[in-house]
Formats: sequence, structure tokens, C-alpha cells
Amino acid sequence: MQNKLRRGIASLRLELLQSYGFMARNWHLTKRYWGWEVVWFFYSLTSGLSVVFIAQGAEALTGQAPGFDVQYLTMYLIIGTLVWRYLSNIFMLTSEVIAWERWEGTIEYTLMAPVQRWVHLVGQTGYSLIYSLITTLAIGIAMALFFELDLSNANLLGAGAVILAGSLSLIAIGIVASILPLLYPERGAQMTNVVEASFLLISGVYYPITVLPDWMQAIAVISPVTFVLDGTRAAVLEGAGIDDLWQYIVPLLIIGVLALPVGLRLFRAAENYAKRTGRLKRVG
Amino acid sequence: MSARHRPAEQQALVVEGISKFFHLPQPPLWKRMLGARVELPAPGELPATGEGEKAPVAAVDHVSFTIERGEIFGVLGPNGSGKSTLIRLISTLLTADRGCAKIFGIDIRDDEMGVKQLISRVSVDAAFFKKLSPMENLLYGARLYGVTGSEARVKAYEIMGRLGLKRATYTEPMEEMSRGMQQKVAIARAFLTSPILLLLDEPTTGLDPRSKREVRAFIEELRDAHDATILITTHDMEEADLLCDCVSVIHEGRLVATDTPAALKRSIATNGEQPTLEDVFMRLTGEKLVDRDAVEAPPA
Repeated sequence: MQNKLRRGIASLRLELLQSYGFMARNWHLTKRYWGWEVVWFFYSLTSGLSVVFIAQGAEALTGQAPGFDVQYLTMYLIIGTLVWRYLSNIFMLTSEVIAWERWEGTIEYTLMAPVQRWVHLVGQTGYSLIYSLITTLAIGIAMALFFELDLSNANLLGAGAVILAGSLSLIAIGIVASILPLLYPERGAQMTNVVEASFLLISGVYYPITVLPDWMQAIAVISPVTFVLDGTRAAVLEGAGIDDLWQYIVPLLIIGVLALPVGLRLFRAAENYAKRTGRLKRVG
Repeated sequence: MSARHRPAEQQALVVEGISKFFHLPQPPLWKRMLGARVELPAPGELPATGEGEKAPVAAVDHVSFTIERGEIFGVLGPNGSGKSTLIRLISTLLTADRGCAKIFGIDIRDDEMGVKQLISRVSVDAAFFKKLSPMENLLYGARLYGVTGSEARVKAYEIMGRLGLKRATYTEPMEEMSRGMQQKVAIARAFLTSPILLLLDEPTTGLDPRSKREVRAFIEELRDAHDATILITTHDMEEADLLCDCVSVIHEGRLVATDTPAALKRSIATNGEQPTLEDVFMRLTGEKLVDRDAVEAPPA
């Protein structure tokens, strides 16, 4: 019994060390590519501001006093921008778990290391969570300097709970999408961009999903991004309490809990297929 | 092929009839979904190709050999002969279509993770995160094999120093290093994880003579001082002759000879000539050099 416990602790220690290995590697890469980090920060900030200024410019655009609350629309768009930035970053960093290895030519080295695939993915997704949170917060703070924001009625804790629950779903979908670069060495990474863009279109990032064609709305109502955006807006704009937010959190947790094991299983199957067909090569 | 009988506990790697094919004709998807499998050809045979289909390839065809513990075993062969495919099969990066490989008695098919803990590989292209420094790359690799950062740092300084890498380069991006230096870091990374079976896929290709010597000395030290067994593929016949206890020649996916370098050379010696390992290679792989005089000589 004691031996079993000791082996279990040793195994857990090893898995933690390996996960940390991936996180530390990603941190080193972020530091080395700091120039790109500056570019992405500037690009994300300016594109976010460009969208939010549409609300501010409504009067100038139409030549009439707007028949809506500009402050509300501004906050609506800021939430869309920031939540989308956070979730899309998690999705991209998770789905690029194999694409990075292909770009750098390290796929053979990493995949022949004695690391369980879930440990590998924990390291990558752990880093994606921390990275996305910090960079999104930085952009949020920078955006706040441009507008007068009233958060007196906001339930920020509730919004955080919704976003956290949504992160789980996006990680799971990211794992499923990461199969594409595994199966299609040449174009897999581009395919994940198509998946990301589709979420942007259908999930009501900058508009309510009711403006979409019916067939798109049918997809939008099952998109976890829609739940996160609706829940965050309810918490921040309406000050919805936790009792009201469960309707968003529960479906997000269900999607995440169901999709995670499915994603891992699919990843394992794809890795076995790649090994059978010789696709775990550093080139092509 | 000479008989090489050893007790099982002395066998570091046993490869039994391993084969890997690409582009074999597939049964229709619906049949595969019902469990139909690809029909594997007999050794030395390949199915005919239909119009517009890729030609089937036997990258490795029914290959068997055994490497004794502590041995340096060379695999020689022309480009595209199946050397790297063989190494990738043993490294668990490819699944064999037929046959198996056992590393210290562990069958790759039964315990892939167990095998991964015993092996390390240095490939012809040093696979690194090019923006990261040698130290950052080594720390990453070490942690994957369960070596802590502090432990890895101490060992990395020692190994890189012995490989002749200048201390100033330890923290510079790998992309600023020469190919030879990168290859030395790749070897340092393999050392760091103390593998008991080291797979070296053309490790000295592109290195200058001094670097080649240093790498060779390090390989020998790894075998002698750390009880490692080494499988090496190379195009450098002199290197194979100097380093290897035993050599296999692979041609078009099949092993055509396995023996000690001395025995292989003896096997083709005629009229008191002292053939080199390169002569053995040329003879066994069926490649012929064109006689320049014969080409330029006017017809009689």
C-alpha cells in the first residue's frame, strides 16, 4: 500500500515537472519573441478600439442623436472585444500544440519523449490560460484609458466565473482542433484559423446572434463562446447575480466536461494514425 | 550474416522481421470500417500499382538484428535506403506494419512509454527551438525526462563545456550557432537524460573534422562510462570503421549484411587486397563507380 502511494507521488511529481517543462519553454519563447508580443498587443488594442469607436461615432455617422444608450453599446463592444481576445487566444494556443512543433522542427523530439499526451496538453493549456489572462487584462486596462467606464453595477466575480467555465470548453475545442496540424502537416494550422473565424462570426462577439440568418442562429446557440459572451454581458451590464448566471455556467461546464475526454481520445487516435502513416515527421 | 548468439539479458535491442510500407493499396473505406486490413506483401515483393496511384514503397522490409548491451552498432546504407525509417520505428515515431522491436526485453507495441524512458535520439537535423538558447533547450528536454531544472543546469554546464562549447554561447539563441555547434548541443541534450539506448541518425553529418572527433570521443565515453548502447547510422565509412563493434548494411529497405567491420572487409577481400569499409558498402549496395578511363577511351 505504502509502495503504491510512493509510486503515485513519484508519478505525480514527474507529471508536474513535465507540464512545467512545457510552460517554462513557452515562457522562454514568449520572451525571445518579445518583439512580436509588442506587435500583437498594439494590433489587438488598435483593432479593439476601432470596433468600440463605432459606438462613440454613431451620432456623427447618422447625423442624428442616437436612440440608444451609447455608454451601454460601448461596454457591449468592449466586453465582446476582450472576451473574444481571451477565448480566441486560449483556442489558438491550445490548437497550436502540434503546429508549434512542426514550425520549429521539434515534433519528433517532443513526441518521442516519455510524456503522457494529457500531461503535454496540461502544460500547453496551462500556459495558454495564464498568457491569455495577462495579455487580455493589459489590453483591457489600456482600453479603459480611452473611455469612461461605469462598472459600479457590474458583478465582476460572476463574470470571472462565467469566463473560467468557458475557458474549459475552449480548451476542449482547441484540443480537437489541434488534431488538424497532426493529420495535415501542410495545411492543418490554416484550418484551425477557419474554425476560429467561424466562432467569431456566429457567436455574437460584436452583435446579438438574433441578427444572424436562422441557420447560423441554430449553430450559435450551441457555441460555448455565445454562452460566455451572454453570461459576461449579463454580469457586467446588468449586474446579474450568481443565481442568474448558472444558466450560462452550467452548459459551459457540461460542454467542457464532455468535450475534454472526447478531445483527448480523438487526439490519441489521430496520433496513432499519424504514426501509422508517417506524418510525425519534422518536414511535411 | 554471422550468427551472434547472446544471452537474452545481454540484448539491448532485438529487431525481429520489422517492416514498414507506404502507399500500399487500401481496401475501400466501408470495408476498413468493418475491420478489413491492408494486405501486406511478402518480404521482397510489392503489389502492382494502378493507374494514377502512388507506387508502394517498402521503406523497411523484414529487417532483423540484435544489438548487444554496451555495443556500438552501425547501420550503413545509401540515401533513401531505410536507415532513418528504421530509427523512427525504434523511436516509437512510426508504427511497424509487421514485426517488432524489443528494447531490453520491452516490446514497443506493449509498453511504448517504458521504451521511451530508455531511449534518446539525435537526428541529422538538430531539432531545437531555434530562438531559444542551448540552456533553455536543454532545460526543456531535461524536464520532459524527469530531470529537475537545478540538476539539469549543473549537468548541462559540465557536458557543454566538455563538448567544447563556449560559455558565452549558452544563453544566445540557437539560430546564431553554426550547424556543428547545434549538433553538439543535440548530443549534450541526449547525454543529459542518460539514455541506455542512444539512437544516432547521422550525428556527425556536416561537422568539421575536429568536431567529428570530439563527438566520436563522446560517443565512446557514453558507451564506456555510462553503460549506454548505441545505434548509429552514418554515411561516413571511416567513422563506422572506427566506432562500430558491428555493422549492418541496408539497401532498398533490406539488410544485406551484418558483421564486424573487420569480418565484412575480409568477406570481399581478393588477391591479398585490403578492402575498406567503403569498398564493402559499394559492393553490397550494388552501386558502381564509372571508370573514367573507360568513358574517355576511344572505341577500339
